[in-house]
Amino acid sequence: MNRADLESMAQREQQRQQAFRCRILCCASTPCLSSGGTAVFDAINTAVTELKLDADVQPVATGCMGPCSRGPMVTVQEQGQPDVVYQQVTPEVARVIVAEHASQQKSFADHVLPSDDPFFAKQQKVVLANSGLIDPEKLEDYVAHGGYLALGYALREMTPESVCKEIIASGLRGRGGAGFPAGLKWDMVRREKADKKFIVANGDEGDPGAYMDRTLMESDPHRVLEGMAIAGFAVGAEQGFLYVRGEYPVAAKRLERAIRTAERRGLLGSRVLDSGFNFRVDVRIGAGAFVCGEETALMASIMGNRGQPTTRPPYPAQKGLWGKPTLINNVETFGNIAPIISGGAAWYSTIGTPKSKGTKIFALAGRVNTTGLIEVPMGITLREIVFDIGGGIPEGMAFKAAQTGGPSGGCIPAEHLDTPVDYESLRALGSIMGSGGLIIMDERSCMVDVAKFFMEFCMDESCGKCVPCRVGTVQMHRVLERITEGSATMADLERLQELCTMVKETSLCGLGQSAPNPVLSTIRYFMDEYTAHITHHHCPAGKCTLDQQPVSEWVTA
Amino acid sequence: MTVLTSVPVRTKRRPDEEHPSGDPRFALIDRTLKRFQYQQDALIEVLHTSQEAFGFLSNDLLVYVAHQLKLPLSWVYGVATFYHFFTLTPQGEHNCIVCMGTACYVKQAAEIVAALQKEYGVAPGETTANGKFSLATARCLGSCGLAPVLVLDGEVLPRETPESAMARVQKRLLGEESEKVSE
Repeated sequence: MNRADLESMAQREQQRQQAFRCRILCCASTPCLSSGGTAVFDAINTAVTELKLDADVQPVATGCMGPCSRGPMVTVQEQGQPDVVYQQVTPEVARVIVAEHASQQKSFADHVLPSDDPFFAKQQKVVLANSGLIDPEKLEDYVAHGGYLALGYALREMTPESVCKEIIASGLRGRGGAGFPAGLKWDMVRREKADKKFIVANGDEGDPGAYMDRTLMESDPHRVLEGMAIAGFAVGAEQGFLYVRGEYPVAAKRLERAIRTAERRGLLGSRVLDSGFNFRVDVRIGAGAFVCGEETALMASIMGNRGQPTTRPPYPAQKGLWGKPTLINNVETFGNIAPIISGGAAWYSTIGTPKSKGTKIFALAGRVNTTGLIEVPMGITLREIVFDIGGGIPEGMAFKAAQTGGPSGGCIPAEHLDTPVDYESLRALGSIMGSGGLIIMDERSCMVDVAKFFMEFCMDESCGKCVPCRVGTVQMHRVLERITEGSATMADLERLQELCTMVKETSLCGLGQSAPNPVLSTIRYFMDEYTAHITHHHCPAGKCTLDQQPVSEWVTA
Repeated sequence: MTVLTSVPVRTKRRPDEEHPSGDPRFALIDRTLKRFQYQQDALIEVLHTSQEAFGFLSNDLLVYVAHQLKLPLSWVYGVATFYHFFTLTPQGEHNCIVCMGTACYVKQAAEIVAALQKEYGVAPGETTANGKFSLATARCLGSCGLAPVLVLDGEVLPRETPESAMARVQKRLLGEESEKVSE
């Protein structure tokens, strides 16, 4: 297949879709499926067959549409009319929707989500542009939406050097959390001289409370593959690995199918798009270890070893998989590549703030009215995310804190709600951007308990290679446990802070270095809760048991 | 100087040959081994297949994989115990996984675990003595919009409470018994 074939394929598919008067898109991503999406899609299919609308109406199972708590979601696209989005669709409602749209009556108002709802209005979709609009299992659908054109353009009109320059100019930073400029990393790998180089897409999304990568891989797998192929061309790699978390079997299956289809059509494999460039992608399925999100641990896992990190330098860009230069990026970073190449770095860099360009996907969850997956331009304030997009806190409770970055991040209190969301501002607040989990907590959450929860996570997930992390996390967890039980003294709190500094500064990899962040940030903003637990034996949220006494009080008694 | 005169004798069974135990499930493992050309790097993939076929990784199975990939048994054991996904003990007939991700935790998933733990006397990661029920917790199932989430025998159940979770598990366990009675 060459570029002309690709364009004619896109045209054929567009014409085929326009032949239908109406397309009914039904979300088939995991959250909607578990709230009954399969039954809804079946109901739509049977209704279409029963009413003999096969030629007029096309039911499509798509990827995620965003507001997961309002699922199952259905979108109806009618020719010459704005799209209508339905929420909380049941099989009965689905039948009515089909019947009403078939007879061109008005839409079924009860379940319509208004298109000017702030949930949609405040978002800007770049990476998730196709998500919820295309069938992730159909290559033609992706191509009809401009897919693989960026790869074709890069292969014919650009050199590896100019691709790297374009990515540098776009200001794209790694979406895995640390925010290293992606273009610089690409250029480093490109400059290395080696007989073999590798591309690795990190889809080991271990942060509890985050599911952006899974949704991207499930809803638009070809976009990730296209980004990887462009990266392969730019750095001179012919082999890519997609490391998918073991808990995401659907994503792995869809990616494998997408790879096979793309290879059959000559969009991956040997001689991509009739050029001299070869690129193969293999999926590797993780086996459940949070530390494998760290790049050196991830590479060890791809090579079949225990996923334990190694010291850096040498960086993966110099010595990675099997000792060869390796480019590792998060799947969301790869999702940004195709839009940058087709839209141009100049366009991309207009989105976001001067230092953090583009958009970021967040998984909005916790105590907020509308939970789901959102993509917002960098620099949006937390207040807009929580109260406009998320629709505020349910049951009239007050906002207490927003947790970003999972177990490596921190809690941001209400007084900092107007902070713009970008890498630097979040770091200044003692949190990190992280991979994009955003969990909202209200008055019912005890911050000491939250810190304990994350510390327990890090303690379990520590790989055990370096001592500060292996022993430090256990000790910090013990102190936190004592605070929530009521047997801690103020001296324990001091020791906890000392431990935090020690673990942060001496651990081998990112897991240990960032493990104290949840504790440090809660101490910084919610010191009163810690002292309330210790000196007044009182948990403001009413969550902790506090049924024990400090040993010193026993002695004096 | 020694000269290698002949090709070393292959001690490995031919892949089409049946495993001595006659268990056809070994053929599934062999197929994966073949697909990865017996590369040692494919250890995790082979263990995935083995666990899918047998439900858990028994000692015999680890020995078999180690032998086939020409890896030390300690190496295979080290990898199998490092990752949470692999289990070295048999699982119950019904399993219930409670998501303990942050979003579920904030919405009281811990209370669901506590309720199930009290009722059935098993800690997360354990199986009841009669081998009927396994309780486990997961780090995050990525369905945070539906928190708290429960997975009962592979079925994802959104927005559970301790009471509804108990009812569901009880029904599942009783359902099996009543089927047996009717037989």
